[in-house]
Amino acid sequence: MKPLRHFLTWLMVLALLAPAAHADQMLIIRSGQDFEGAMLTLQNAISAQGYKVARVQRVDVGLEARGYKTDKYRVVFYGKPDEFALLAGKHPQLMPFLPLNIAIFAEADQTLLSTNRPSVLGEFFPAAELKPVFALWEKDLLEILEKVREAR
Amino acid sequence: MRLFATLLLLLALVPTLQAQAADGARLYAQNCAACHGENGSGGIGVPLSLPSFHALTSTDHLRKTIRLGRPGRVMPAFATLADAEVDAIVAHIGSWNPGSFATYAATRIDGNIENGGKHYQKHCSSCHGANGEGGKGTGVTLSRPRDQAIMAPALHNAGFLESTPDLRMKAILTQGVAGTPMLSFLNKGLTEKDIDDLVAFVRSFEKSPLGKSDVGQALPEPVLSVESPYDLKTTIANLKRAAETNNFVFIREQSLDEGIAAPGKENLRQHIVYVCNFGLLAQALNTDPRVGLFLPCRFTIVEHGGKVTMMASNPKRLSQFFNNSELAEMCEQLTKMYQTIMEDATL
Repeated sequence: MKPLRHFLTWLMVLALLAPAAHADQMLIIRSGQDFEGAMLTLQNAISAQGYKVARVQRVDVGLEARGYKTDKYRVVFYGKPDEFALLAGKHPQLMPFLPLNIAIFAEADQTLLSTNRPSVLGEFFPAAELKPVFALWEKDLLEILEKVREAR
Repeated sequence: MRLFATLLLLLALVPTLQAQAADGARLYAQNCAACHGENGSGGIGVPLSLPSFHALTSTDHLRKTIRLGRPGRVMPAFATLADAEVDAIVAHIGSWNPGSFATYAATRIDGNIENGGKHYQKHCSSCHGANGEGGKGTGVTLSRPRDQAIMAPALHNAGFLESTPDLRMKAILTQGVAGTPMLSFLNKGLTEKDIDDLVAFVRSFEKSPLGKSDVGQALPEPVLSVESPYDLKTTIANLKRAAETNNFVFIREQSLDEGIAAPGKENLRQHIVYVCNFGLLAQALNTDPRVGLFLPCRFTIVEHGGKVTMMASNPKRLSQFFNNSELAEMCEQLTKMYQTIMEDATL
């Protein structure tokens, strides 16, 4: 009876641990630069990777205007003009995920950046022709984030 | 001769140990520093460099924690790291304090679960939650007070229970964790027997897993989509009105490719409407500051082949990236709000 109970307990533990595997779908990095420095590095890195910064949403400004206390929190949207037009036309379901974005927020004198791995979009949109697109976005994103992480 | 051989072996090991330490620093910076701080001072994650944490933690606890994470509590499971990489990270964390980590036998502590439960409700539940679900939020960031070094960990959590032997729980309860709100319960008047009962109570969480598991359930669709019976302009106007009726503030409307396509070349049949419920936003950011992926709340409206469709990424599906049960509940609520807004816009 005891071995069976142990086995069932293990099964339960494994089942409960399974959802944690989803967590590596997020990317989060810390920059030693302050918020303004990290924001500049991020925008430069996005441009250097061949993307265009579409806009920066100032989330903290909206919150503070309504009386909420918050540190600096922005969302940077970016994309490539040609790719954008092509993808939006051929894969309209992808549009709610465009432009790509990165959240950037202050933590004291350092800065955190977070976003999802573009490759997880492959689970949502399994079309074979999209696979290399997501792979390229992920490679570019990792390079962008690494530049921000390493900047001092 | 034996001494010489030992010295030779030690000399041979030095470069390996140095390489491991260097590798550990790099791996820590890549995988852990974002949440736990560059030098382990904490942030979204717990402060790993606290001397008291070092003194109460075993290498086995750290290894298992890295491997298993804390399901539903932000700390991910690093399943793809090699054993040597996990060991290098553990060695790096160990290098911040003098002395070695603690060691604990796997001995199970017998205790009176009922009595432990009473003590739990009296002394522990205010920080660790009535059911051991842990403190709210994710640590010291954004509007949270920065003098708070740690959020109370979830005890009723498969990752915690699997990685924490009874004797470590007992040591923490007995000694407290200096530099955190966790006090010594011996100093607070509990007896060693009471502490054993508390450990037995926490261990009993294993028999009653908390929350629902996603295992075996169909994943929600990644995109919420509703076809509109109206033209593009009317649909956008309806959507703005529906958002405001449902307590969202209209932020802005733009073509999907604004800022990316050359000015004047934007595709005017693809629009985004940004809206915000600031109360919900503040709550979400306090629950998990990584939530920018959703921000601001937005709807994409597209005219294609004579049809107008409203779309939004599905927060319920995206919440599965975050390993945060508290956020997942909020996202489920947000999905319902999005659906209501889009349906209201078609009326």
